[in-house]
Amino acid sequence: MSSLLEIENLRVDFGTRSQPLTAVKDVSLSVAAGEIVGLVGESGSGKSLTCRAVMRLIDQPGRIAAGTIAFEGRDVLAMSEKQLRDFRAHEAGMIYQDPFSSLNPVHRIGRQLAETLSVNLGLGRAQARERAIELLDGVGIPDPARRALSYPHELSGGMRQRVMIALATASEPRLLLADEPTTALDVTTQAQILDLLERLRADRGMAVLLVSHDFGVIARTCDRVAVMYGGHIVETADIATIYTAAEHPYTRALLQSVPELSSAGHPRRRGGIPGRPPELGEELAGCVFKPRCAFAEPDCAEVEMTLRAVGPAHESACPKRPLAAAASARVGAGAGAGTDAGAGGSGKAGPESVP
Amino acid sequence: MTSDGHLLEVRNLSKEFALQRSTREAIRRQGQVHRAVDDVSFSLRRGEILGLAGGSGSGKTTLARCIIRLVEPDAGEIKLDGRDVRAAHRRELRELRRRMQMVFQDPYASLNPRMSVGAMLLEAGRVHHRPGSENGEAFVKAVLERVHLSATMASRRPRELSGGQRQRVAVARALAVDPELLIADEAVSALDVSVQAQLLSLFLDLRDELGVAILFVAHQLAVIAEIADRVAVMNKGRIVEIGDTATVFHAPQDDYTKALLAAHPHPDLEGRRAQQV
Repeated sequence: MSSLLEIENLRVDFGTRSQPLTAVKDVSLSVAAGEIVGLVGESGSGKSLTCRAVMRLIDQPGRIAAGTIAFEGRDVLAMSEKQLRDFRAHEAGMIYQDPFSSLNPVHRIGRQLAETLSVNLGLGRAQARERAIELLDGVGIPDPARRALSYPHELSGGMRQRVMIALATASEPRLLLADEPTTALDVTTQAQILDLLERLRADRGMAVLLVSHDFGVIARTCDRVAVMYGGHIVETADIATIYTAAEHPYTRALLQSVPELSSAGHPRRRGGIPGRPPELGEELAGCVFKPRCAFAEPDCAEVEMTLRAVGPAHESACPKRPLAAAASARVGAGAGAGTDAGAGGSGKAGPESVP
Repeated sequence: MTSDGHLLEVRNLSKEFALQRSTREAIRRQGQVHRAVDDVSFSLRRGEILGLAGGSGSGKTTLARCIIRLVEPDAGEIKLDGRDVRAAHRRELRELRRRMQMVFQDPYASLNPRMSVGAMLLEAGRVHHRPGSENGEAFVKAVLERVHLSATMASRRPRELSGGQRQRVAVARALAVDPELLIADEAVSALDVSVQAQLLSLFLDLRDELGVAILFVAHQLAVIAEIADRVAVMNKGRIVEIGDTATVFHAPQDDYTKALLAAHPHPDLEGRRAQQV
């Protein structure tokens, strides 16, 4: 399979070399050209770090301790400073949760865009300005010629995020890394930004690695999903499979925690997931989800955290497969979304005291 | 609903902020005004949970803050249990504020990092002379129990707690003074869904066990759907629609409500199909 991006056995460490604290553990993930892949999980699961590692943007004292990242077969981790600059300029773009802190507050947005264009693409001044306005138009900013003269603080959050997308996609990268791009935005603006990402994919065949903690965002946009927990990918499958036949107890518990509009009128209690995710440096024997898992058994402490195929293009890190029977029954019955079907998953998850 | 009558009544409440476009306008006093809250009326019964929805900048937070006079309203009437909140001074205002407590979005900012959880809860109780607050340890234990936290939390400082635990402590501090109304301003918005679900369940427990009314401000409609009896939708400072949560969400009348509901990302594939049509 020819992938645009191929991450293999990635490990990201903090702490000292003699006593490393591992935040991302043995993560393997691929993104094909034109594909939108979601990376979902609770905060602290390592999803942002995985995303930043692709751009080699892990800040000290963090470091990529092991693994390979290949972009079209080229080793990103072995790139020289110059190659890396070219890679970031032309082949991969990145957008962040907070567009305000990523834009320079003292320069007009048109100038910031034009600067990027002249540095990255070698355009002349007038050309760069013209192209900057085209780009603003391309991301749906009304009256782009006038807006180019605005400072970041004069724009709304949604407009700023559009400017960031225009910046990140100025040189038509084939991969966009989007780290919680809509988390700070209103639902209406969020919908527009997600539409914009889909349009860029459709028009240019741009692939997207979309990091989000919001299953709503993931469901709306992604073709495939990887679920992260405690630094590991615990399950990966196409979007339909995740929603109808999730196998890993963590994925199921997370899905069952998501509030739904259809609950209106009959307030309901969801258990959430008891306990808390492992902290950095906390080494758990066996399965990292064992302390919070409703299906945990004693020998889960001996389970190796590796993904195993459980179906076509569907992998899970749980070898016990407590949800497999229910999942396949639902697939067989052609059932759609039914969050109550896996009620066993919340068996232990009543209102409990958090340790 | 434990008793008849309204606990909170808000009539024609307004709040304007001055917008200064330029120095020249400021000097000539031509600055425009922004009507953050524009002629808002609603009421809340004892033990009722009212969701307050709307986009950012719609005036939800300003309205919530006006009710306990963290922001002074310009016009209108606020009555808590028949007592005029806007006319209250000193002692009376302090007593009214005890009866309506606020929980904020960010428990990192709203908890004093230097105080232990126990000291924080006890201080709230003692400031308002709550019965039982003479006996510190028992008081703290009882308050922590209400939010399903163990008594061992009392000696911890905020930095030692997870986000969900901090928000429970913030709720506990509000509960320490026996309020009748909780104003939760985006109180679960910053939490992971797994923890958010637990907090929502806690708010429902508090309503059932203590009979507190809750004004629940949230931009996530699904969160409101899970918890609120009624919902008010705000846009540009006005309440554009108010009614039973089920009625409003299943048959919205106002265009803005319809747009908000349509934009809401559905955490399932039905929604994906619907939105892509």
